[in-house]
Formats: sequence, C-alpha cells, structure tokens
Amino acid sequence: MSTSVEPAVKKEHPMEKILRMDRIPHIWCPTCGLGTVVTALATALDESEIDLNKVAIVSGIGCTGRVAGYMKLDSFHTTHGRAIPFAFGMHVARPDLKTIVFSGDGDLVSIGGNHLIHTARRNADLMVICVNNFIYAMTGGQVAPTTPITAKSSTSPFGNFEHPFNLPLLAASSGAVYVARWTALHIRRLTKAFKEALNKRGFSFVEVIAPCSTLYARRNKLGTGLDLMKFYHDNCVIKHGCDLKEVDIDYQSKIIVGKFVDIEKPTYIDCLNKGYKQVFGDKYKPYGGGDGNNGN
Amino acid sequence: MKAKPENVLTGSHYLDGNHASAEGAIAAGCRFFGGYPITPSTEIAERISQRFPRIGGIFVQMEDELASMAAILGASNGGVKSMSCTSGPGFSLMMENFGLGIMMETPCVLVNVQRGGPSTGLPTLPGQADMMQARWGSHGDYEVIALAPDSPQESFELTIHAFNLSEKYRMPVLIMTDECVGHMTEKVVIPSADEIDLVERKYTDKKPGEAWPYEWNGKSIPPMLPVGKGYKFHITGLTHDEKGYPVINAEAQEKNVRQLIDKVKKNADDIIWLEEWDTDGADIIVMSYGISSRVARPAIAKARADGIKIGQIRMITVWPFPEKRIRELAGKVKAMVMVELNHGQVYLEMDRCAAGQCVTAVVGHSGGTVHKPDDIYKVIKDVVK
Repeated sequence: MSTSVEPAVKKEHPMEKILRMDRIPHIWCPTCGLGTVVTALATALDESEIDLNKVAIVSGIGCTGRVAGYMKLDSFHTTHGRAIPFAFGMHVARPDLKTIVFSGDGDLVSIGGNHLIHTARRNADLMVICVNNFIYAMTGGQVAPTTPITAKSSTSPFGNFEHPFNLPLLAASSGAVYVARWTALHIRRLTKAFKEALNKRGFSFVEVIAPCSTLYARRNKLGTGLDLMKFYHDNCVIKHGCDLKEVDIDYQSKIIVGKFVDIEKPTYIDCLNKGYKQVFGDKYKPYGGGDGNNGN
Repeated sequence: MKAKPENVLTGSHYLDGNHASAEGAIAAGCRFFGGYPITPSTEIAERISQRFPRIGGIFVQMEDELASMAAILGASNGGVKSMSCTSGPGFSLMMENFGLGIMMETPCVLVNVQRGGPSTGLPTLPGQADMMQARWGSHGDYEVIALAPDSPQESFELTIHAFNLSEKYRMPVLIMTDECVGHMTEKVVIPSADEIDLVERKYTDKKPGEAWPYEWNGKSIPPMLPVGKGYKFHITGLTHDEKGYPVINAEAQEKNVRQLIDKVKKNADDIIWLEEWDTDGADIIVMSYGISSRVARPAIAKARADGIKIGQIRMITVWPFPEKRIRELAGKVKAMVMVELNHGQVYLEMDRCAAGQCVTAVVGHSGGTVHKPDDIYKVIKDVVK
C-alpha cells in the first residue's frame, strides 16, 4: 500500500530565480559569511522588483570574487583588483543597466584601492559591495589592509602591527553618496541597505563584516563562524550617520555599524551631460540614451 | 557594413600618425576610450577627447593603465567598440588585463606607440623593443594579432583594420607603432564612409537559455552574447568551459587554451599581411616593419645599384609571424636581414623559420633614433660575402 505525501524538501530552491543553480554547491567553507551576504543581495534584488535582465554583476578575485559566478545575472569575473574599472567601463557603455561590484576587502581596497577612490570621486552610478573578512582568505589567510592590529594571519604570525583602513571613511571621503556598514549577522538591515543602494543614483558602498572561520577565526583562536556571529551580536553598535572618524575597527572590540552617508550628488554621466551641454548648447545630444547604442 | 558618414572626416588632411589613428578609430565606430597620458602616445587620447563628445562617444582619462585596459574590456562587453593607447611603461601595466581580454575573448584595440626602454627609457624617442612583450607580455600561452603601420595614412587604415580583426576573431588586437610614425606628419586621405568596410560584432541568434558564451566548434569563432537581454551569461578569467563556467582541470585547460591558439593559427593566412618587393629571384631579402621598413629602402636601393639581387618584405602584421612564407623564401635565398629598433626580437622568429636554410642577420639598434641607412647597407654587403 502506498500513500502520497508532500515532499519534506521543496524541489525548487527559493532563490532559484536569482542563483545559478547549476553552479551550486558553492566553494565556500561551512560557516563562511558569504552565503548570508549573497542571500541578502538576492532578496534585495527580488524585493526591489528590478528587471533582472538589466542587472550586471562584476567581481574581482578571492573568495568573495566568486560571487558573480553564482548569480543568475550577466556576470563578469575579472582580474584581482580590477572589478571596479571593468564595471565602470560596462556602466559607461550601458548606463541603462544597474552594475553591481561584489568583491572582497583585499581585492577592492588593497590591489584595487586606487580604482575604488577614483570611481567614488567620479560618483559613477555603481553599487559596490565589499565583504570584509579581515584577511586574504582564498590564498590561505594572509594579512590584509583591513586586518585589525594584533590579529594574527599566516603572514603576520606574531600579529598585525599596521594601521588598518577605515573603509566607510575612505569611501565617503573619496566621494561615495551612500555608505553603510553591516555584518553578516544583520540580515534584515543588510538587505535593506542593499535595496537602498540599488535605488541610489551614484556611487554606493556597503561594507559587510563577515566571518572567515577557516582562517581568521581559527588562527586567532576565536572559535567558529558561529562564535564570530555571536561576537557581532554582542559587540556591534548601531550609530547611523555618526562621525566616520569613529568607525575604525580594533581587534575584538566593538564594531560600529549603520548607514553613515546618504546624500544626493550629480553622477559621473550627469556631470558630463551638464558640462557638455553648457559648452555645445542644444547641439549636444545627452549621453546615456541606452541599449548600448548611445545615439551612434 | 559601412562606416557612418557623419563621423568620417572624408578628404585630404595633414595629420600625424597618432591623430590619424584616432580618426581611424572613430571611423571604425569606436565610442569608448579609456586611457592614461603617456608620451609619445598622448595625441591619440587628446584627439579622441576632442572628438568624442560631439559624436556620442565617451572618453575617460582613467586613474592608471591597469584601469584603462579593464575599462575598455568592460565597455566592449557592454557592446561598445573600445580602445586605449599607451607607450612602454603603460604597456607593461596593461599586460595584466590584456591577458583577461584574450581569455574572455573580448574584442578591443590597444595602440602602443613604442618609445625607447627599458623602464622609463626614452619617453620622446622611438623604439621597437616591445615586440616580444606584445607577443608574450601577459602570462600564459596564447596567440596575438599585432599590426605595424609605417605612415600616418597606414595608422588610419590599420586602426580600422584592427577593429575589424578584433571583432572577427573576438580578441584584443595590438597596433605596435612607434614614436616616429606617431609623430610624423604626412598627407592622410580619409575616404568616404561608403568606402570603409566594417566588421560588426556577431551576436548569437539563439534565445536566452539556449546560448553559451563560448560555443567552440574548432572552426568558426563563437558569437558573443549581448548584456541586458536576458542571457544572464557568465564569463571569467579562470579556465572555463563553453558555458563560461570555471573548470579547474587539465582537460578544460587544453580545450580553452587550444581555442585561443587555434583561432589565430588556423586563420593565419587570413590575418597575415605582407608587402613584398622583388622577392622572386632575390639572393638577399631585407625584412622589417613600421618605421624601419622605410629607413631600409635607401640601403636596399644602394645595394641594388651595386648589382645585388635584393628584395624587401614589410610586415604589416608582425604577429602572427609569417612563418610559412619565411620558410619558403629561406630555401630560395642566400641571406635574410632583419632591420628593427631593438637588438633582434622579431629577428629570432625569422631565424627560427629560416632554420639554417640561409644566412640570417639583424641590423640591431638600441632605439632613440632610426637606423642610418649606411649601417643597414654595411650588413647587406657583409652577408653577401
């Protein structure tokens, strides 16, 4: 005798619309924070009701650099540090698309630091997600420009003694119009920040503190990824709009999170169009008509 | 497809090679330029920055050459024909993402107006010493296409040709010019738009969900997928399969790298472009490219006046190297002489292809100026002995 029962597991993954299921399982370690951040972006894209055909995603190299490959969008996995200039070229060629950069701290602020500050300076209409796990994870846990002072890594075996970057301060002072920091624990707030950044015109920058259990937590004897999530729970302080000089991250001390910057400023293409219009008058055809033809 | 008439400056002009190259790019339909100032290439960027705002193009002075090369790849994948220009030190920085363009099979054009090196070298003076860097400068194994104009007129024409080759073979194409040609001012005749043939990008005719970015079949070049149309495709600098998905093993590497090499090697006869004078029945052939091919002419004329049976080959494409033709000629002549502004880079290829069938020699030069025709003449006389 047989009875039909509802399957306990749904056949369709709830994120199937946005994730490339033929690429799953992903390469990330158990208790890595990246899956949560990807889910937050997928949810934000879904709830924003944005046309997914009109979203491009660009990554650099590293653990976070693999994100582009898992998103069911036009996706580009570029070279180490160059996700932002590649995305900038894509954006300028196709201003009708929303172009997202999703990469890690080493990629975006060490080898790619110059591109980050200049693209923020231009206020190009790009959304940049920077997952900060305090370490170079893909290559085995080396010190990064975000590693807190005294934290150990495979190339700072006695502890890091260099000042780390304060990423929100760097992005804001370079010209970003939207700057926020959350952790992989703050799923709801992070998803909201992604939605705001998706709708923002101009250069938006969201830093996401995320656990690297295999390398950062293990070497520093901080437990597992779950222990780091508990740490975020107990030590994060939400301070919207606070003075960015106060948001430095020290080793195992409080982490200030929140939405720090949300201002309006003409974008890169707005500025070109305004400037050329003043010079050439009505003869000037504003750039960015869309669909890649740009009036040619 | 023909060029768009409104953007082609049809007529006779007095232009230097760099300005002519910029006009070639505009005629070819280039509408994105990302570059960084560097002598002696800057006039290309300057002219583009002056012309683009009026014709719907975007010129961006990027923060460095790393960004310039990355941005033109992004823009090209966005569907806009893209170009950059540089010289020596900038060319070194661009090698990183030049390799990405090769791996992603992204069409674009990069002009290197060669100056003397190594390092900062001679910013304002000519060289041809980046030829092997053009061939092998990015890491890994791949084939390149490199063109070498010898005049402003040819700078115009070859820039259009470079865009056509880049779209046809779906890869970055190099224009390896030099400071002399870049800054030499001559008459440049720009034809009417209907005389300019353009190769347009081939996009897939399959529907989203049915098409992949690298449908390699060992014969034709796979069409690209357009962004923003629902294909939701992935491309990467990692070794990948037909879907563009990373596959990290030796089998995938063999298939991927083989494609990058075969698409140039198997089409070498279509790509290679030589000019030959008096090579039939010659005892000696002088080979060269770019400015050196013009400098060699008086030396060749002088040797011919001495009764030497001498021919000349000018390589319009230097890479891929005209291997077949050189092997064939080397079996018929007594000697082959390479003239180039370095100490024997492309010479190595000529010598390899000659394979001991004839004597080979290079008229080397450290750069900073061009050869003295007499120095070329002396080497010709030496090999005759």
